[in-house]
Amino acid sequence: MPAVQETVDRVRRIDVDQYRYGFETIIETEKAPKGLSEDTVRFISEKKGEPAWMLEWRLEAYRRWLTMTEPTWARVDYPKIDYQDLYYYAAPKPKKTLTSIDEIDPEILKTYEKLGIPLREVEMLEGVVRPEGERRVAVDAVFDSVSVATTFKEELRKAGVIFMPISEAIREHPELVKKYLGTVVPTSDNYFATLNSAVFSDGSFVYVPEGVRCPMELSTYFRINERNTGQFERTLIIADKGAYVSYLEGCTAPQRDENQLHAAVVELVALDDAEIKYSTVQNWYPGDAEGKGGIYNFVTKRGDCRGRNSKISWTQVETGSAITWKYPSCILRGDNSRGEFYSIAISNGYQQVDSGTKMLHLGKNTSSRIISKGIAAGRSQNTYRGLVSAHRKAQGARNFTACDSLLIGDKCGAHTVPYIEAKNSSAIFEHEATTSKISEDMLFYCIQRGLSQEEAVALVVNGFVKDVLQQLPMEFAVEAQKLISISLEGSVG
Amino acid sequence: MPLLEVRNLHVRVEDDGNEILHGLSLTVNKGEVHAIMGPNGSGKSTLSHVLAGKPGYEVTSGEVLFEGEDIFAMEPDERAAKGLFLAFQYPVEIPGVATMNFLRTALNAQRKARGEEEISTPDFLKKVRKVADSLNIPQDMLRRGVNVGFSGGEKKRNEVLQMALFEPKLCILDEMDSGLDIDALRIAADGVNALRSKGRAMIVITHYQRLLNYIVPDHVHVMSKGRVVKSGGKDLALELEASGYAQFEEQAA
Repeated sequence: MPAVQETVDRVRRIDVDQYRYGFETIIETEKAPKGLSEDTVRFISEKKGEPAWMLEWRLEAYRRWLTMTEPTWARVDYPKIDYQDLYYYAAPKPKKTLTSIDEIDPEILKTYEKLGIPLREVEMLEGVVRPEGERRVAVDAVFDSVSVATTFKEELRKAGVIFMPISEAIREHPELVKKYLGTVVPTSDNYFATLNSAVFSDGSFVYVPEGVRCPMELSTYFRINERNTGQFERTLIIADKGAYVSYLEGCTAPQRDENQLHAAVVELVALDDAEIKYSTVQNWYPGDAEGKGGIYNFVTKRGDCRGRNSKISWTQVETGSAITWKYPSCILRGDNSRGEFYSIAISNGYQQVDSGTKMLHLGKNTSSRIISKGIAAGRSQNTYRGLVSAHRKAQGARNFTACDSLLIGDKCGAHTVPYIEAKNSSAIFEHEATTSKISEDMLFYCIQRGLSQEEAVALVVNGFVKDVLQQLPMEFAVEAQKLISISLEGSVG
Repeated sequence: MPLLEVRNLHVRVEDDGNEILHGLSLTVNKGEVHAIMGPNGSGKSTLSHVLAGKPGYEVTSGEVLFEGEDIFAMEPDERAAKGLFLAFQYPVEIPGVATMNFLRTALNAQRKARGEEEISTPDFLKKVRKVADSLNIPQDMLRRGVNVGFSGGEKKRNEVLQMALFEPKLCILDEMDSGLDIDALRIAADGVNALRSKGRAMIVITHYQRLLNYIVPDHVHVMSKGRVVKSGGKDLALELEASGYAQFEEQAA
């Protein structure tokens, strides 16, 4: 589907170039009253038209959350969050069906203009339905995004893949949601995950049936009409026996959000012989030059290799947010299952990153691989925190970990906190760690060859993270590379 | 107009304030090859660093004109784009950045700074292949990270490769012979000699006369304690080889 790719590339390319200017769109939203109570939870559930069992599930989480305390073990420092001073639900006002682009809110149109997105695509993104006859006339042979989107949905439907907002899935596929939701990250898991369970607004749901290889990479970009998943995102992906799916989350485009607190939960379930590849690019607002503002990103991501020979692979490029608290993990339950974690975490300015992974080896002959590249610049603090453990029944567990940190300048910090627990004597765990400083000599060498200071930093850093970039789907890797350069602008000199 | 004119240059190290160059003067015209010789600590490498714009030095007085323009008014990358090339004594390793990618990025950065178009991929590949072949650089080496795991000889050949590719007006070769055996030295020197031309000048910095058997200079300068104490033709190098640097050290003191 070259046209789809072209669209994605084009939009993303535009986004990246516009990034540093940032912009906000002021549109009317429908908000739940400030503060968190059972009423807030009921309000959200009702807005989503949820069945009673879902509301009950949320309320149970909420009651549990009241008994919990915010964790403090991470190496991040932020003022105390007043949970009663936050909004927990804000949705764009329901749109009426538009028939012409003139009906789109002019503020939104301006945003698209700044991004340089062609009007035809704006129509698609905003869900303009043209009168039947006109659409046919308007079909652009080269670049018809509307039909591209339709083709895309049609292809998934043929393959039997379910890909929809989780709020829709709760209504349309309750049996699947009930069976899997909260089975990887239970409602009682941790403070932020429990909060998410109570108030999650929306997110993605993916089910790939037995033996199906999802015919395309799934990206939130195509989840039309559901682009404002917001603050408390909830994602559930299930790969049934022998299924394969690759999922791309996020975007290199700036994610500027008035909500400071973000607490997402992502659950992955891989059954026998299934494989899930989950890639993230996170570029939320990191705060200003003095460290004011910026998103707090407290995410719980976990994959369950439930079946034999299953595989889950996390790849992340984290460049945004003021605070990042994130440990995409794998439970290696099935025999011969495999978990992977490839991470690039870049911090600049006053950003604080505490990120890493957990590889829990439970089944026999399970293996895992961790490649983490942390880059700290400015006055930022960048911590890798990881746990590799082998259960006493995890015969033949294997892990390889490599944590490399790169420091740019002398006011930032890089920290590595690995935990290793082997309760089975046959386990083989390897851990390698390096910390290096980007050297003046290296930069000068590049500059003497004609590169500017910033180009030189970008080149050296991209070399440093190459092993991880290679794990990203091709087109994503290109923009991630650009994003890395942009994130480090002004980090030297 | 000389290509490079250094007038009464005084330079000190930023960190400790030590003055390294005490009034150095040097004129280099297009087409000439100048050798700068001198004992360790005479300021030879400092001169190359200051000309290329390496941070950490402070110019306290004097001036340097490159094609008549004040070199200190240009950023180091501008100097490179204008045709100043430094072949490093110890080329650094840049892990994860394929040599090929590095060469293209640098070449295009220079072209862009000069307001030229980026080079097309086929043209670039053709050019690199030609130069690499002449220097005995296997294609496999170009796919590896810049200088990563290269032998001393390979690193120096990689410097010459870049010199050939960027076609600079002034090449400064800083101790090109250090760490090279005779065979490696010959290959690198042949590469350098192939680049000698009417429009290009070279400054060959070396401790030993040996290198000058392969790259025969038009002019030889002896440096001691931060200034040029004697200049002459290529025979001066042979004279030095016989008598040593001691006589000049006394002279400079």
